Amino acid sequence: MKSGTFFGGVHPRYEKDLAGGRPIETMPLPARLVVPFAQNLGAAPKPVVKKGDEVKRGQLIAEPQGFVSVPLHAPTSGVVQAIDVFPHPVGADLPAVVIVPDGKDEWAPGLNVERDAGDLGADALRGVIRDAGLVGMGGAAFPTHVKLSPPKDKPIDVLVLNGAECEPYLTADHRLMAERPAEIVEGASWFAKALGVENVIVAVEKNKPDAIAAMRPAAEARGYAVRALDVVYPQGAERQLIFALTGRRVPAGGLPMDVGVLVQNVGTCYAAFEAVRRNRPLTERVVCVTGRGVANPKNVLARIGTTFGDAIAFCGGLREDAGKIIGGGPMMGVAQYSLDAPVTKGTSGIVVLTRREAVQYAGDPCIRCGRCLRACPMLLNPSVLSVYAERLRFDETAAHHVLDCIECGCCAYVCPSRRPMVHHFRRAKAEIRKKQARAV
Amino acid sequence: MEERLPDAGPKAPGTKEKTEEPIARFLVSSSPHVHEGIRIRSVMGLVIVALLPASVFSIYLFGLPALFTILVSVASAAGFEWLWQKVVRRPGTAGDLSAVLTGLLLALNLPAGSPWWLILVGNLFAIVVAKQLYGGIGYNIFNPALVGRVVLLVAFPVHMTSRWISPSAWGMDAVTTATPLGRAREALLATGSVDAALTRNEAIDLLIGNRAGSLGEVSVILLLIGGIFLLAKRVITWHAPVAFIGSVWAMAGIFHLANPARFADPSFHVLTGGLFLGAFFMATDYVTTPLAPAGKIVFGIGCGVVTVVIRLFGSYPEGVSFGILLMNAFTPLIDRAFKPAVFGARRAKTA
Repeated sequence: MKSGTFFGGVHPRYEKDLAGGRPIETMPLPARLVVPFAQNLGAAPKPVVKKGDEVKRGQLIAEPQGFVSVPLHAPTSGVVQAIDVFPHPVGADLPAVVIVPDGKDEWAPGLNVERDAGDLGADALRGVIRDAGLVGMGGAAFPTHVKLSPPKDKPIDVLVLNGAECEPYLTADHRLMAERPAEIVEGASWFAKALGVENVIVAVEKNKPDAIAAMRPAAEARGYAVRALDVVYPQGAERQLIFALTGRRVPAGGLPMDVGVLVQNVGTCYAAFEAVRRNRPLTERVVCVTGRGVANPKNVLARIGTTFGDAIAFCGGLREDAGKIIGGGPMMGVAQYSLDAPVTKGTSGIVVLTRREAVQYAGDPCIRCGRCLRACPMLLNPSVLSVYAERLRFDETAAHHVLDCIECGCCAYVCPSRRPMVHHFRRAKAEIRKKQARAV
Repeated sequence: MEERLPDAGPKAPGTKEKTEEPIARFLVSSSPHVHEGIRIRSVMGLVIVALLPASVFSIYLFGLPALFTILVSVASAAGFEWLWQKVVRRPGTAGDLSAVLTGLLLALNLPAGSPWWLILVGNLFAIVVAKQLYGGIGYNIFNPALVGRVVLLVAFPVHMTSRWISPSAWGMDAVTTATPLGRAREALLATGSVDAALTRNEAIDLLIGNRAGSLGEVSVILLLIGGIFLLAKRVITWHAPVAFIGSVWAMAGIFHLANPARFADPSFHVLTGGLFLGAFFMATDYVTTPLAPAGKIVFGIGCGVVTVVIRLFGSYPEGVSFGILLMNAFTPLIDRAFKPAVFGARRAKTA
């Protein structure tokens, strides 16, 4: 069964016009770069440089710890000024290396050279992708080589390029698809080759007609399909996207590979092109700096480690009424307490809301209106979950499947009592995991 | 283009000043950071708007006494809510319009020309006893307006059941009479059978509201318009009203087929006794009815069955209020029985 969409979802004000028409601009090197070690899901890599070291662009500065971990590379050439804790866009102070660029932006030897990758096998491709430090660039930052290594009993037959970009405001993927379609599709072809998959679907929401138009010839040249999707948030959430495209339901608690699908963000595909064909590790990404709180919303190609403050300054600075700085989109992103937080591999956008636009969730009593039930794309009962979480009855939240919540924020978005639903669910999940950890 | 903040301009090396800035400069809270904009007040406001046609028509039908009843009821409901929250020092919610809605619903459940003290007592029980003592909005088990009405019905039966007046514009020449359901019952008690003509031929009058009754129950058409408005605005869903009205029609129909002399025509039951008011505006109350669609259907059917049983076999001529209140008590159980299935959970069965 094929279905064009999924259950639930909401129609937020998309505000994509703010930056959607602005071509990607390369941002000049800032005065310093703050590169956190924790930029991937799983174990953070361990530093291999020390204060005072000179580094070249692309040089390894931290090595992976275990399989679910990726290496980290210097985003430019320069000197390691410090290794210390700094604000991290996840909302905490975490270890990072500070690099003062020397302005030459020299690549480390052997990097940034065209490579004829045609004879690379699946394992070699996975190796190149891991060594380039690739993670999911849609925001989750899951190591890409791990996704490309499904167990033998879970064969993948569909590769989905996620260009839905359903988060309001953000246009980084949109611009990348409009401007670099051939590179994205080639990057995807390396994923397809590593997996042995022929069925590749490029999924784009209908509100990006120029991106669809650009991707179509590039995709069709390789026999890939382009699917224009309805504009419903969260269309780009993995499970919802897979259901909309293939009708397959990822089992609760399972992974997309359980239904033979692998989803890769289009930005990750572009990074794969860079890694495989140009031998460039992941040192920069497209970041959408947008919102009514920033003077000139733009899509910028910024080095990993560029602070939010520097990126915003490049876009004309903050407006007077800027009230909230969000790392990521307004539905799932993290509010920042400092402009010193840097762009990481998973930072798809920096959204600056005005004080008036930024909604503070108050938490009036639930009036059981049921709007959240109709909005929840995971078919949960957010109303009941939030009441249990509020009363600290975390066992009950587990029984009502809070662990299946994808934290998309639809429930809170439609709540007339403005209850901080997602906040409650994160807390409940953390408490449940804490208890599970104790039980082991 | 306004710019501000030194750190947002061209970059000065060194970040000391930045980290020393007060943290409160930016709002920090959990995602999501935007909101659709809907508030409790806007939802309640839509329900009030949906009730306006029936309310205005009741003033046209019953005249100034109806206006008096509505005004006193709304004002006393909002007043009790405000007063109670002052007394117990709770944050005020009188602005969310839920008390106004309760007052309006109670007024629409009263006979025109109810004395002021009756209205006050009803609202006292509705707002203070049924709502605030349970914890205020979101926590009450029973529909506040219906609690107010049933308290009055039990405590002041004369005022609540025998002082119905026939519609007569602006209250002139008000004639005391019985409601259609009351007349049907009187006829049944007196002669042993319902008057088939009475119950079948009044359909037009019943539809437009040309009959005796409480303020809001009389015009089925205007209540239906209000209900359809709420459905279109997605404030309510069809499940409970359709199940409620449908089950009343089906059950009354079965009895009518079995014994047409003893049991009135099903359309008569559907069009009388405030069924539309109850089905669209009280069996859809958020707080006191089930959340899941399947639960709403069970709730509606339960309301319908209880209503018909009371009407046909109970000692009151009408049973909508009791039906809804009784099912309110079952709402937590129904909610437990109908949990939504998680996305992807179905696969476990078919795999």
